[in-house]
Amino acid sequence: MRQVLEGSHAVSEAVRLARAQVISAYPITPQTHIVEQLSEYCANGTLDARFLRVESEHSALAALIGAASSGVRTFTATSSQGLALMHELLHWASGARLPIVMAEVNRAMAPGWNIWADQTDSLAQRDTGWIQLYCENGQEVLDTTIQAFRLAEWVNLPVMVNLDAFFLSHTYEPVDVPDQKSVDRFLPPYKPRFQLDLANPCAFNQLAPPNIYMEMRHNIQMAMDEALTFLEQMEEEFESILGRRHGAVEAIQCDDAEIILITSGTVTSTSRQVVAELREKGEKVGLLKIKLFRPFPVNMLRERTASASKVAVIDRNFSFGASGIFAQEVKAALCNFPGHPPVYSYIAGLGGRDITMEVIENIYWLTKKSTAPENESSWVGLREVDHAVGQS
Amino acid sequence: MQLDNLNPEHMCSGHVGCPGCGAAIAMRFVLKALGDKTMMVIPACCWSIIAGSYPQSALKIPVLHTAFETGGAAASGVRAAQDIKGDTETTVVTWAGDGGTFDIGFQALSGAVERNENFIYFCYDNEAYMNTGVQRSSSTPYGAWTTTTPGQHWKKLRKKNIVEVLVAHRIPYAATASIAFPEDLMAKVEKAKSMTGSRFIHIFSSCPTGWGMPSEMSIKIARMAVQTTIFPLYEVEDGLRYTINYTPKGYLVNEYFRLQGRFKHLTEEDLDSIQEMVDEDWNLLLRKAGISLETS
Ligand SMILES: Cc1ncc(C[n+]2csc(CCOP(=O)(O)OP(=O)(O)O)c2C)c(N)n1
Ligand code: SF4
Ligand SMILES: [Mg+2]
Repeated sequence: MRQVLEGSHAVSEAVRLARAQVISAYPITPQTHIVEQLSEYCANGTLDARFLRVESEHSALAALIGAASSGVRTFTATSSQGLALMHELLHWASGARLPIVMAEVNRAMAPGWNIWADQTDSLAQRDTGWIQLYCENGQEVLDTTIQAFRLAEWVNLPVMVNLDAFFLSHTYEPVDVPDQKSVDRFLPPYKPRFQLDLANPCAFNQLAPPNIYMEMRHNIQMAMDEALTFLEQMEEEFESILGRRHGAVEAIQCDDAEIILITSGTVTSTSRQVVAELREKGEKVGLLKIKLFRPFPVNMLRERTASASKVAVIDRNFSFGASGIFAQEVKAALCNFPGHPPVYSYIAGLGGRDITMEVIENIYWLTKKSTAPENESSWVGLREVDHAVGQS
Repeated sequence: MQLDNLNPEHMCSGHVGCPGCGAAIAMRFVLKALGDKTMMVIPACCWSIIAGSYPQSALKIPVLHTAFETGGAAASGVRAAQDIKGDTETTVVTWAGDGGTFDIGFQALSGAVERNENFIYFCYDNEAYMNTGVQRSSSTPYGAWTTTTPGQHWKKLRKKNIVEVLVAHRIPYAATASIAFPEDLMAKVEKAKSMTGSRFIHIFSSCPTGWGMPSEMSIKIARMAVQTTIFPLYEVEDGLRYTINYTPKGYLVNEYFRLQGRFKHLTEEDLDSIQEMVDEDWNLLLRKAGISLETS
């Protein structure tokens, strides 16, 4: 049924439809609408789940580690500072091979206090062993959250579904909310491969000396590889039941493009428009949206950018002392590929600053005019301020 | 001992605790009382090691090893999952050291008991961070040497009174127990098991390695801690009703301190002032239990 839904509520509806059994969360703007709605569903019986109102994000994830180890379907949501507080347990959840699903509203890290869109929070967690997906709109948020449970349970890894603060979390859009029966067909009840069990008492997460730790880590990488393959199959099933598919990456007019813009999250929607207008003016431009960040879809990226002469990555995030984080990944993916296009890295929209059509178009022209990338990253739209640090 | 025959064992030989480890003795008695319908959460502590490394386990119950500060929260999640699965027979317990309870795990513990989560939290107290090599915790007593309170910088602050902190949460049951009083310990575990809501049991667990004493002294020292009222045995129901389970016969603290390497630097004057502190704490407890000083 088509409904006008806030992005946050697209998450809540998906979690309801996925029949999560234990939910635990701690409030932080702009994640609150997600968990308030779920709290309501648990209270009024719409969802048959336990909602643990814990005293911190750290405990929210710790509680889910306990619950998921007991073989039930689990969900949490957080953002920014809350995600950072969870850091230790992000590693724990993946190391323990628990299929926990999290909605992560991308918000800037303090200081200064800033509650607006910025992906540095989740990208800073890239090495924690979580599958990471970045969504563009409300429909994708709803579909991806449902899929996240299927994916997580298939490979026994936690999945983080990312959505931009406010631009997505607080924006109302028409969203098709599937019926319960269809979702049940796509996502059957969780059948855990292992769980705390009186009949078969085992110790989980115990001491793992050097003679076994490395193999355990390698298993996680094997699961990541499997996720890449399974995602494809899962999307086919989803499409056959629910009629939609989003893709690990989406290539828009890339086949004959000379310059390909690479984006993730909501800036993709604006870029679609920019690309359409530039095409009308005769510019050979394409757009590559990256949805799946971990595991990073290296081969897809190589294939889709093979014929371009330049790629320009727009990052609403930054790794200090290096560059935009998607740009780093793109460079790493392409570097062993002979004749790959040069990678331009642009930083825009940090802390919720608008990435307007003008900004994106400007990035296109800058890339077109340049003969080779001059910086690790170029910051676009910086205001004139006093940058002096460490100078007397 | 007769107790050995009464209840089945749920702990195997072959654990890797030090000889005379009080924490190992505590676990053994607690599991005897809890029985096999128990799921245990163990945050980082000596017991993360004692239980053995992959693929072996010294415990015959399901165990979830978790991060250091998550004892209260992880057990809440295990309980919630059992509830949603309709399992009412499993007792969910946390087994944590003093560091994981008094310090880094304190927030999660306070949160869990404020929510009155239906579980038993056991703190085995060896009065320092032993896993990492005897560093001070807020449970380390006044006067003790540790590797982070060395030489003349021995700890000059009191031990945190964790039971009173839990009592202030008005939880259904909070109790102290000792490895030197197994009948009392097991009775308390059985009592706690029969109740619902958050229950807390604080077990004095000697540590020969960290306290600088021979392994055969573990039980004797634990007994002396109770006899001197350094570690009184008592229980509190609903945060209100105090029962003192052992009435001491006027032992002084000196010998307790003299038998342990961690206190060997203390002078007679130091011990006198410690005796005053111990008396003061004991009298405070008596008042809370409604026992007037004259009649005690
Ligand atoms: C976040 C974090 N900080 C520090 C450690 C290192 N660490 C592991 S166990 C431990 C001390 C445990 O002390 P306690 O809870 O008293 O248990 P004990 O070892 O004395 O039995 C420390 C500091 C850790 N595992 N995690
Ligand atoms: S250090 Fe102490 S508590 Fe730890 S195993 Fe040895 S005796 Fe037991
Ligand atoms: Mg300790």
